[in-house]
Amino acid sequence: MAQIELKDVGLSYFTLKQETEALRDINLSIKHGEFISIVGPSGCGKSTLLSLVSGMLKPTKGKVLIDGQEVSGTSPKVGYMLQHDHLFEWRDVLNNLLVGAEIRRMDRGKAKQKALELLERYGLGEFARHGPSQLSGGMRQRVALIRTLVAEPDILLLDEPFSALDYQTRLTLSEEVFHIIKDQGKTAVLVTHDLSEAISMADRVMVMSKRPSTISTVHTILFEEGDNLSPWKKREAGRYNHFFNAIWKELEEHVIPTV
Amino acid sequence: MSSPLYDDYLRIQKRRLRIVSLTRLSVLILFLALWELAAEWRWIDPMLTSKPSQLWTSFRELAFEGSLFKHTWISGLETLVGIVISMLLGTAIAVLFWWSTFASKVLEPYIVVLNALPKVALGPIFYIWLGDRYSIYGMAVAISVIVTIIMVESGFREISKTKLKLMGSFGATRFQMLRMVLLPASVPHFIATLKVNVGLTLVGVVMGEFLSSKAGLGYLIIYGGQVFQMNLVMVSIMMLALLSVILYGIVNLLARYARKKYNHES
Ligand SMILES: Nc1ncnc2c1ncn2[C@@H]1O[C@H](COP(=O)(O)OP(=O)(O)OP(=O)(O)O)[C@@H](O)[C@H]1O
Ligand SMILES: [Mg+2]
Repeated sequence: MAQIELKDVGLSYFTLKQETEALRDINLSIKHGEFISIVGPSGCGKSTLLSLVSGMLKPTKGKVLIDGQEVSGTSPKVGYMLQHDHLFEWRDVLNNLLVGAEIRRMDRGKAKQKALELLERYGLGEFARHGPSQLSGGMRQRVALIRTLVAEPDILLLDEPFSALDYQTRLTLSEEVFHIIKDQGKTAVLVTHDLSEAISMADRVMVMSKRPSTISTVHTILFEEGDNLSPWKKREAGRYNHFFNAIWKELEEHVIPTV
Repeated sequence: MSSPLYDDYLRIQKRRLRIVSLTRLSVLILFLALWELAAEWRWIDPMLTSKPSQLWTSFRELAFEGSLFKHTWISGLETLVGIVISMLLGTAIAVLFWWSTFASKVLEPYIVVLNALPKVALGPIFYIWLGDRYSIYGMAVAISVIVTIIMVESGFREISKTKLKLMGSFGATRFQMLRMVLLPASVPHFIATLKVNVGLTLVGVVMGEFLSSKAGLGYLIIYGGQVFQMNLVMVSIMMLALLSVILYGIVNLLARYARKKYNHES
């Protein structure tokens, strides 16, 4: 059974000035443990789609289901990593990591242990007691990811988690994140502007069209070199360029409409 | 190791600071000396202006007699209580406005009008409703609470929506958002509001004492004016100045502590 399902979902934003139809007729089904990337032109509604799955937005049309149950509000099963890190500057790194656990009234001792463990693994062990302003952009982003993981979600929604990073950190971090997510058997939906990231991390890449957007194509990323390749290996695999070009071309059509 | 250039820089900066403090002090001394001499040589009438040496004598008389410090203490206490009440009340109302958009929409014009209304005009009403002692608190709170509401509320508005969205993504309740984001993020605004309130509340207290009380520096000033004792009036004003310096000092200490505790920059 699919873990995440969207059935004929549509979403419009209403403001006093206007109505913005962001999403239209979205149908989507994601299996347990699957890694999905979503790419699309800026402003097409990728963040909106994640907000729908997280339960922070209600669809104006259609249904969103998680594990067969209709989503009505946020759930502890879902961890949402927002486009910006939003660390609280009045808390040190460790206490920032415990925000989710605190809100959900999880066992503080356990959460703390997990937070420290993950900090250590991500090479941030010595920064537990630092303030967020003492961290670099990449470090902040890693802290934000750990904050999401400490709350122990089954499903991870990642909204451009690496966009603020330099290329090198980005490659290493995406490799790390990929392995963590796969090891822990979590389902992940990654929104990104970086096609190479989208292809190398995901089992399937979904391309969204311009607003009112829908999912225009789904590319299943399979390589002749075998299954379970790491992002690094996938970038070197034979059909990588084929996928890259196909998605690139498709996006170009959405950005520059051909009349 | 710091470079010699940096040492020079530090030395110059330090000397600048010292010159500013010295000049400040000289201005005060010059002013007092001029005042004293002008009164001594009858350029001005000491009956109307008093003079520093005379002030010092009356200060000692009033202080030893015991009543001056008592009056200062009373005004100080009234101001402190007034500040605490308006901070708590103002913050509570600002929270209500954040909690219920409806309430804030409905009450907004009333707040604007109340803010513009000269609170002194309410003096007689407070006197009748609250009696001669409590009307002072009424006046102090009336003057500072509206500004508190406005400042704290604008602080809440500045907090980025997305920080609250992050809280929402973990399923936070409104109360959790208040406790974990709004209040701690507003610490710099609380401090700024507190600084404004020290001045405003003191105005309210003195105004209240003018109107009704039997004690406090405001009472001394009015009394001194009525019996034409300029010394008493001036000494009371000096004490008032001293009181505000002390209150500002306390707020600054609080600010430093809060900044350290909450890691806020600047
Ligand atoms: N709260 C809101 N109120 C009104 N309109 C909104 C709101 N949030 C988003 N929109 C509109 O919905 C559309 C989709 O926004 P969304 O943030 O989902 O795009 P996105 O694909 O994530 O863009 P980006 O790649 O730039 O992050 C945009 O046109 C935006 O203007
Ligand atoms: Mg977005």
